[in-house]
Amino acid sequence: MHFGLSDEQEMIVSTVRDFVEREIYPHEAEVERTGAVPPDLAAGIKRKVIDLGFYACNFPESVGGAGLSHLDFALVERELGRGSMALTHFFGRPQNILMACTGDQIERYLLPAVRGERMDALAMTEPGAGSDVRGMSCSAVREGGDWVLNGTKHFISGADHADFVIVFVATGVDDTPHGPKKRITCFLVDRGTPGFTIRPGYRSVSHRGYANCILDFDGCRLPDAQVLGEVDGGFAVMNEWLYATRITVATMAVGRARRVFDMALAHAAERKQFGQQIGKFQGVGFQIADMVTEIDAADWLTLAAAWRLDQGLPANREIASAKLYASEMLARVTDRALQIFGGMGLMDDLPIERFWRDARVERIWDGTSEIQRHIIARDLLRPLGA
Amino acid sequence: MKVLVPVKRVIDYNVKVRVKADGSGVDLANVKMSMNPFDEIAVEEAIRMKEKGAVEEVIAVSIGVKQAQETLRTALAMGADRAILVVAADDVHQDIEPLAVAKILKAVAEAEGVGMVLCGKQAIDNDMNATGQMLAALLGWSQATFASKIEIEGEEAKVTREVDGGLQTIKVKMPAIVSVDLRLNEPRYASLPNIMKAKKKPLDEKTPADFGVDVTPRLSVVKTTEPEARKAGVMVGSVDELIAKLKDEAGVI
Repeated sequence: MHFGLSDEQEMIVSTVRDFVEREIYPHEAEVERTGAVPPDLAAGIKRKVIDLGFYACNFPESVGGAGLSHLDFALVERELGRGSMALTHFFGRPQNILMACTGDQIERYLLPAVRGERMDALAMTEPGAGSDVRGMSCSAVREGGDWVLNGTKHFISGADHADFVIVFVATGVDDTPHGPKKRITCFLVDRGTPGFTIRPGYRSVSHRGYANCILDFDGCRLPDAQVLGEVDGGFAVMNEWLYATRITVATMAVGRARRVFDMALAHAAERKQFGQQIGKFQGVGFQIADMVTEIDAADWLTLAAAWRLDQGLPANREIASAKLYASEMLARVTDRALQIFGGMGLMDDLPIERFWRDARVERIWDGTSEIQRHIIARDLLRPLGA
Repeated sequence: MKVLVPVKRVIDYNVKVRVKADGSGVDLANVKMSMNPFDEIAVEEAIRMKEKGAVEEVIAVSIGVKQAQETLRTALAMGADRAILVVAADDVHQDIEPLAVAKILKAVAEAEGVGMVLCGKQAIDNDMNATGQMLAALLGWSQATFASKIEIEGEEAKVTREVDGGLQTIKVKMPAIVSVDLRLNEPRYASLPNIMKAKKKPLDEKTPADFGVDVTPRLSVVKTTEPEARKAGVMVGSVDELIAKLKDEAGVI
């Protein structure tokens, strides 16, 4: 076994970290205050990332990406996790589900997304269908050789900047011994398609400026050419491409936790109360010890899951463990950091309160902690007949 | 023209430096190391010269411990064409003195037939600010230090220098040693394709013996101490009080 990074990996990490520290950190306070990313700032970040060859680095070289392995990409995401999500969104990593594009879709969606010319957003969640994805009521029906979409999606991150969305809708129901089961199909829908509107969503406590949107489909007519994957094959493309996105949540949690930890550590070494540095009090010192131990554990769990993907080994359970543990670790680490900072930690003069707020969503999106536990338990118990 | 850029592996500028308990130096074990920031500026300038067509090849060289290979890879990832590592020490705490470095650089510059050496004005670890000048003397080449602008004009280089109280522009005959200052440029990030390419670029390993240079220290470190802690400031109640204190207590106005 070898736990070190290669020279290339070291350079990738230091380059992305430098980029985040120099191009993202200075703008975070403004995004936090205004809840929006100025368009020229977004365009500037995107331009620089394209010039550096990091844009869409998660895509294979055959389509113009950098062909990073899952592990290398996890290292990139880990560093990006240190910065504001509203801003690092423009360090573009299009949804890798676009690799399912075929025929004309390659020129219309995949390649422009990789080049940074068109941005995508992924739409799955509905007001009535969160963890229960299959419970979705958004639907598409056949009409005169086309598909007609109706329904509403919400919590769609990044749709405000999206040129097209990748949307999952129900296209029928099968009767199974376990009851009716919806068939799902994935569609590519361009902004501006008649019957499709993108409107602002809710004001979230986490990740200000990283907008969530509401998508309305009202008799939105689409030709067959807009189907991504097979008709009724939505779950197949989802399973083939989307399970790895949980690694992103885990790695970003680790990166952010390290940033918070470094601040808490420095504060514990400097802040004096009762005539000594607070880190000398065991109550604080032990918190520091627990924080770094948990961060390291989450880090290795996550990198190991990414490594398994690269090796072609089964990784579903390991990815679920990484997502579960890293997101819950981040909640504990940000909470402890806030306690070490005391009252000042709650003030928006310091970014600690922001990290603490931002941490909350990580246990919910991309599969709640409960769903991850369900995946882990099912993975272990189902082969035993339970 | 070929350009030689010496790069030094130094303690990262973000690291809080700690003096070793025995006072023999600074603790470098398990500390983040990076390329000397002034050398990074020199690498950037050399690459820009190459991009403008004034330079054919950029050669990075580092003299120190084996781990300086990482520093050279960074220079290659930024865009240097090839690298030379002169392994002159085993222990990360062993600093090679400017004169020995200058002698090795002289040999490398002659062996490679370079037309210019672009170096950082000083390394941020010991702030000697000596290697470039010593190298110019050993080679008998022109020197221009603290450059904030460099223009190559045929057989001459026009260099703007940052001097006390302003800027000085001089012309030097090529070949020349130019040591660069902070405001010359802003070094680029290594691009992902260049990071991937860096490993394939040649990196030759040498020893001081290959150049007939003895790196035995001529200097001895007597003592290393932490700088004196800054004293607490004083809050003043008014501008008048501030002026009075500056006049009577500090004696600066």
